[in-house]
Amino acid sequence: MSKARAAIFERLNAVERPVVEVSEREDFSVFAWDKAEKIRRFTERMQAVRAEVHQADRSNWLDKIAEICQQKGLTNLLLSLTTEWGQAISQNAARFPSLKHYERSIEDWKEELFYQADAGLTSTLGGIAETGTLMLWSSPDEPRTLSLVPPIHIAILDTDKLYTTFAEAVQEQGWLEQGLPTNALLISGPSRSADIAQVLAYGVHGPKELVVVLV
Amino acid sequence: MSETTRTPKPDSVYFFGTCLIDLIYPKAGVSAVQLLQREGVKVIYPQAQTCCGQPAWNSGYRDEARKVARAQIKLFSKPIPIVIPSGSCAGMMKTHYPELFKGEPDETEALGVANRVYELTEFLVDVLNVQLQDLGEPVDVAVHTSCSARREMGVADKIEQLLGQLSQVAVKEQAYKAECCGFGGTFAVKEPEISAAMVADKTQHIRATGATQLVSQDCGCLMNISGAFAYQAQHEGKPALKAQHIAEFLWERTSNPSPALPLSGKGVANSIPSNMSPPLTRGGREGFSA
Amino acid sequence: MTTEFRIDVKKALGKSEVRAHFRKAMDTLMINRRNQFPDDAALQALRTQAQAIRANVLSKLPELLQQLETNLTKNGVQVHWAETTDEANQIVLAIMQKHGAKSIIKGKSMVSEEMGLNHFLEERGIEALESDLGEFIIQLDGETPSHIIMPAIHKSKEQISTLFHEKFPDIPYTDNVDELTASARRILRDKFYAAPVGLSGVNFAVAETGTLCLVENEGNGRMSTTIPPVHIAVTGIEKVVEKLSDIPPLLSILPRSATGQPITTYFNMISGPRKADEKDGPTEVHLVLLDNGRSRIYSDSELLATLRCIRCGACINHCPVYVRIGGHSYGTVYPGPIGTILEPQKSGLSVHGELIQASSLCGACGEVCPVRIPIPNIINRLRYDSVRKDSENTPTQDAGTKRKPLEAATWQAWSWAASTPSVYNFGGKTATQLRGLVPNNLGAWTSVRSAPKLAEQTLHQQLKALGVDHE
Repeated sequence: MSKARAAIFERLNAVERPVVEVSEREDFSVFAWDKAEKIRRFTERMQAVRAEVHQADRSNWLDKIAEICQQKGLTNLLLSLTTEWGQAISQNAARFPSLKHYERSIEDWKEELFYQADAGLTSTLGGIAETGTLMLWSSPDEPRTLSLVPPIHIAILDTDKLYTTFAEAVQEQGWLEQGLPTNALLISGPSRSADIAQVLAYGVHGPKELVVVLV
Repeated sequence: MSETTRTPKPDSVYFFGTCLIDLIYPKAGVSAVQLLQREGVKVIYPQAQTCCGQPAWNSGYRDEARKVARAQIKLFSKPIPIVIPSGSCAGMMKTHYPELFKGEPDETEALGVANRVYELTEFLVDVLNVQLQDLGEPVDVAVHTSCSARREMGVADKIEQLLGQLSQVAVKEQAYKAECCGFGGTFAVKEPEISAAMVADKTQHIRATGATQLVSQDCGCLMNISGAFAYQAQHEGKPALKAQHIAEFLWERTSNPSPALPLSGKGVANSIPSNMSPPLTRGGREGFSA
Repeated sequence: MTTEFRIDVKKALGKSEVRAHFRKAMDTLMINRRNQFPDDAALQALRTQAQAIRANVLSKLPELLQQLETNLTKNGVQVHWAETTDEANQIVLAIMQKHGAKSIIKGKSMVSEEMGLNHFLEERGIEALESDLGEFIIQLDGETPSHIIMPAIHKSKEQISTLFHEKFPDIPYTDNVDELTASARRILRDKFYAAPVGLSGVNFAVAETGTLCLVENEGNGRMSTTIPPVHIAVTGIEKVVEKLSDIPPLLSILPRSATGQPITTYFNMISGPRKADEKDGPTEVHLVLLDNGRSRIYSDSELLATLRCIRCGACINHCPVYVRIGGHSYGTVYPGPIGTILEPQKSGLSVHGELIQASSLCGACGEVCPVRIPIPNIINRLRYDSVRKDSENTPTQDAGTKRKPLEAATWQAWSWAASTPSVYNFGGKTATQLRGLVPNNLGAWTSVRSAPKLAEQTLHQQLKALGVDHE
């Protein structure tokens, strides 16, 4: 297919390029919201799309998650053993439903993941207040499907990592400098669709429920 | 008074009457001239004017459009505003003449014309700052702002501003106010079924307001909508609704019932002051800009 | 002339229920969008920025495509180039054959619609299954999308309920949207589980980082690009953007313009296949870059703006023509104003040239376009192309072929008359004098309107009589 490539480039390069004024391109969107305001807006946006948002702190977040698990009647919880949160939960395993660890490649336990996992718990890279958004980067510890396949996704967000806008987050966290992971993801609510007569329905393909615990 | 700096009021203006008004709605043209004259502005109407060229332009016949446009440009050479009682013809001259004459020997003249074009209601409000006194009976009116006035000229609110000065006129807002009436020049002929569906909806929405008459600043829309009103009255037994050009409506309501027509007496200016600076940059053009 | 388009238009206009349905749907989308932009100045600033980002891309398209290819390759993504839709289909087929794959599960992709991929694969015994709920529904009914972001917008809840029951008799009939959705989820879960290959479109491809971005709400985009071992992305060559920092503004304006959401549920940024230490994700990622006429559009400085499009569908949602005739009447992959300018440029004026007449040039599309594509201007330009004599001066295919001798002669005569004042004035005067002879039946015009009446005296005559100066 290099023939196609060459032909396309030949045509593109034959053109006298349009001159473009790019100064307006650089506008950088950011707001002067303090932490409380960021939390308020984040929560408001998330709740508007039917995500649950729980407030917790360093001392009680474990209790909060245990409570959520109980409330939802989870029989199991899928999580990573290597994150700070995952470790703490594992150390208090007795208070939680049966813990599953994402230790093997998906191929080795796809059926269980697809049909038996009740909920997946993940950390997050941060959040965006303007749109009520979680940022997740895939990693060996927390693979992509952890937040995708189980019907409930429980996400823990460190409120110090709450940014006003996506632009601010990308810049402050140095996404470009760090280099992107194979999969960087923004999540702004549970899976939804309005494809049937514009009626909102949740849980089409991704999680039906998104539960955010602010710590 | 508006806080924005107004363009100084000129002593004289050109009037471009448009072909539709010339042949079908001349009363709108006469009323527009009278409104301008009453403000003390001398009106110059070059008798050799015909059409802005838009029908050919919108049909893809650019050479033919340019030929007609070129004949107009020559007639409006003095540095005074050109007032046009139509958003669509004003839009043609203001935004499309620059495209039509790009690279042509008379491009500068074409730009000169484009930069001096005003749609009538815009001119009455923004430049002349007219103050109207209503002499008419109470009436409920619906307004249809043409798409070109709204999006090409950016003067969507001017009719309402003028009507707002009339104490006996209540503006009734119809649903889908900003939607096209379905005229679109040759569109009404080339896509008659879609156009018919659009004007059917437009008239229905206007009727639903309870207004007894419609005003607009574009005779293309008026021909379409009033034609549908008349058809519906004749064939469907619906009430007949009046549809008028805004100029005619304003003149009727604000002038003495038997106007003496002091047409060349008031506001005659024999020479154009050299210090008059026509405004060159204004807003508008949304939706059409390159 | 009774063409297929005309027949479809008449048919669509005759279905009052469908028209009411479209009106309601478009109203919702328009209101949702308006609510997202309470501050007009901020909206205009964002549109200007989005336009600048997209225009910048086009000003250096070949360099950015090269950079994209280099960075994707570095990230382990295999890049393919296709001049035509057939080439693109063949590339997808070859990848599937290499893996012995007999089925593919698809996330929503308008470029794959453009390719006619489903049909192509099915002819070769490969099952192509749509997983976007709307696409899934219309595929069940053997239809094509009627809207680029809401493919099943033409279908009512009742129609969908009946369709589900017909196609899946084991599932009890229901018109409960949650239950219908749950059924689709169950059916498609199994398909995702087993699918050897997943396909997706691309909303933005970032040259700087070699990243494919995908906007979606349902999670099927994530599933299609994560679960199957092979992911094939297809997109047009114009979808590249230069920098990662260009993404936030585009992401800010796209969903707000499209569905009126502040952001979509998922924004997926894929920068490569599964790494050695990762536990999921496809082991192979391919990107097929399709030209299909885009480089031809690129060669014209005016038509070029067409390629700024980010496929939000706002122009469609706000179009007074689309809302009345619906998407299928257009007979094209992309309907509405964007289709009106894109389709005749892609496939030539002899194929879809008729569409350019199906616009009243009201400008509602251009007014809402997030990247300020001057759609009415481009329609006007294509009308010019369709009748121009110097067809060699435009890249538009079949330019000049719509020039009909009678029409051209009419415009020439008009042009002569309207540029010769004596002729015009004589004609005007004569016409008004003979006004009684104007027939009351003016064809289509008088099917719903009365005929206009010429005035007794022209404005020229009246103003002359009133002594208005003429110079």
